Amino acid sequence: MDVLDLSRWQFGITTVYHFLMVPLTIGLSIVVAGMQTAWVRTGNERYLKMTKFWGKLLLVNFAMGVVTGIVQEFQFGMNWNAYSRFVGDVFGAPLAMEGLVAFFVESTFLGLWIFGWDRLPKRVHLACVWAFSLATVASAYFILAANSWMQHPVGVEFVDGRPRMISIWAVLTNNTALAAIPHTIAGAFAVVAAFLVGIASWHLWRRRKQDDEHRPVWRSSLKVGAWLGAVSFAVLAVTGDFQGKLMFEQQPMKMAAAEALCHTEQPASFSILAVGDVTDPNCENVKTFTVPALLSFLAHNDFTTEVKGVQDLVNEYAARYGSHYPDDPALGELAGKPIDYVPSLPVTYWGFRAMIGFGALSAGLGLLALWLTRRGRIPDSRWFPRIMLAGIVTPFAANSAGWIFTEMGRQPFVVVPNPTGIDGVWMFTARAVSNLSVGEVLTSLIALTTVYLVLGVVEVYLLRKYVRGGVDGVMPPKPPADPANPDDPGGAKPNDALAFAY
Amino acid sequence: MDLPTIWFCVIAVFWLGYLFLEGFDFGVGMLLPVLGRDNTERRVLINTIGPVWDGNEVWLIVAGGAMFAAFPGWYASLFSGAYLPLLVVLLALIGRGVAFEYRGKVDSPRWRRTWDRVIVISSWVAPLGVGLVLATTVLGLPLDAAGNRVGSPFAAVSWETLLGAVAIAGFALAHGAAFLALKTAGDVRARARALAIRLLPVVLIPLVGFLLLVQWREGSLWTVLPLAVVPVAGLVARWRLAGDRDGQAFAALGVAVAAAAITLFGALYPNVLPSTLDPANTLTVAETASSPYTLTVMTWVAVFGAPAVLVYQGWTYWVFRKRISTQHIPPVHTP
Repeated sequence: MDVLDLSRWQFGITTVYHFLMVPLTIGLSIVVAGMQTAWVRTGNERYLKMTKFWGKLLLVNFAMGVVTGIVQEFQFGMNWNAYSRFVGDVFGAPLAMEGLVAFFVESTFLGLWIFGWDRLPKRVHLACVWAFSLATVASAYFILAANSWMQHPVGVEFVDGRPRMISIWAVLTNNTALAAIPHTIAGAFAVVAAFLVGIASWHLWRRRKQDDEHRPVWRSSLKVGAWLGAVSFAVLAVTGDFQGKLMFEQQPMKMAAAEALCHTEQPASFSILAVGDVTDPNCENVKTFTVPALLSFLAHNDFTTEVKGVQDLVNEYAARYGSHYPDDPALGELAGKPIDYVPSLPVTYWGFRAMIGFGALSAGLGLLALWLTRRGRIPDSRWFPRIMLAGIVTPFAANSAGWIFTEMGRQPFVVVPNPTGIDGVWMFTARAVSNLSVGEVLTSLIALTTVYLVLGVVEVYLLRKYVRGGVDGVMPPKPPADPANPDDPGGAKPNDALAFAY
Repeated sequence: MDLPTIWFCVIAVFWLGYLFLEGFDFGVGMLLPVLGRDNTERRVLINTIGPVWDGNEVWLIVAGGAMFAAFPGWYASLFSGAYLPLLVVLLALIGRGVAFEYRGKVDSPRWRRTWDRVIVISSWVAPLGVGLVLATTVLGLPLDAAGNRVGSPFAAVSWETLLGAVAIAGFALAHGAAFLALKTAGDVRARARALAIRLLPVVLIPLVGFLLLVQWREGSLWTVLPLAVVPVAGLVARWRLAGDRDGQAFAALGVAVAAAAITLFGALYPNVLPSTLDPANTLTVAETASSPYTLTVMTWVAVFGAPAVLVYQGWTYWVFRKRISTQHIPPVHTP
């Protein structure tokens, strides 16, 4: 493999890995902030236990999210230096803003929250959890604005061979970004919803026949999770539909690839499943279940719109952006070769279906759990906790599939040309990569993948351990009371010790 | 001053903030097995930076992000040119961050020993790597006309940049010892103080040596001034430690690292990354700077953002200002 392929694999692996932690962190930090607010407002011990239990899982996950994020910040310059030079004037700004406005708040107030239980007044401590959880959303906003600019460049002019920013406002209110943000945040809440439902169901079931003092903790967690899941799925469907309409206008090739629509259709039908090879030039023949005219509706809100197929689009792209790569040695093996404008159809076609399918499955499981536990019931079946725990995987899978579809659907471009935008502001991925040696990129690919794999195993082990430990595993043990001698001068006073120490 | 020069200074300030704040973080990690004789003592050491290490590390991320936004060419050429050293820094930072968070999550000596090892190794490797990358940007890389590194993946590694690596790691060691003297009480503090007094003159030698090298190669007339401050501030720190004034010693070391950063970036200006191949290929502030509009936007963000960061990070240090000793460490509690 050459440096381009290795770099693409590396960015894909590290980003997909990072985005396993990110949605859980975003969703769980807001939910934990809500739980702590409920405790501060009502004084009900149940909410404190919920805050402590889910807060501990949040911290185990947060650490991994942070360290895998550092890699992302530097990878642009390391592996994609030509890209960084080309887009730095506009792409660097949201990245630097993310650091200045969001990362500092997240990291500082997270430290205050972890260590400040007995050092800060209750309400100040509560403000800390809100500060870092809202900062996670802010950082998502900035990085999505940066990513959306790659999908749909706006707010720039083209000077001296490079895009030059003329409006930060246009970059931060890119309609692609405004659609991606609610979709991504709802996806994050879907993750935490399944997390809450799965773990709470298991705890409820485990001690279903005994008296469990923590039962209200699990019942409330399950309810919060299930409703959250239902609402997020509704938001995901609405924002996803909106994103689809934008994609139809802004990235028609991605739309066609999502459907493996080889030939232009009017009205276009929506394919549900395909048996056989979707890369076949006559891919229409392998589609098994189709809904007539639905794709036209998804694209343009009516049932008659023409949706362009892959083959027509390839001709259009070749006419506008060339049919062959320039004969430039910087392009390596691709120099002078024909440009393949079609993204990997199996990945986009199945990625799109996996995203929708896993998302719907996840929402359905949440509602099922809500129904099965209605009015104080706890199912006796062994299958109940197993299915709910397995359901935790579904929104993670949906999120990964969605991102893989979004990113691989824009190939061969790293900056996709904006159909109504400025001439020149687009870039082939092949042009973006650094001139590194294969050995260097191979080293980093192997090192990062191995370290991530090991740490992933450690994180899952710790999450499992703390999930099994339940509420008792995270509440500090009560100081041993000695009623005979209330002010024993021998030992250190309990309030001398820190409430939390690593 | 024009905007590119202002942003060069802003980036220097972010690097300085990083060297200052993560310097003592690294030092604490390096000294973990030296000053922490049992688990409780090691927990004392780790918890002196417990609430703040993550916020300190963000200074590096923002320094990188600001380079990307203000000088994309600098960011692109340095980070791809010093690819392997940066990879090593990243791996060390990954290990360190996870180790702090996970070390106390399982109550087993073997588990703790493993993470302690990760902390110590990464606390040595990261400042060495950061020092190497900083030295590279001052001393340069073999860059071609496009700003790409030509030649070996190890072009960034030479005896000069290795001296820079040792200089930064040495400073981190001294700074960590002084910080521990300031933040702990009892036995740990006594040992940290004694060690800092012994270490200070020794570990500052590579730093001063490296700065002299930079001054000789790239320095201007005025950079002699901050350069002269470094050994003086270091000796003041030692003198104040001996006089039992930990706070003043720590502040003096802060002055030393600030003076060192001013020397380095002052010697570098108006370049951002010299080419050792051909002076015509040297990357400069003027050539790599983003457009005036982008720099203006970033200036507004920094004008409001950076002071706020200083206020709330300062407040965090104030909230956790108490010295920590073994009696403050709660018993291990894991499921």
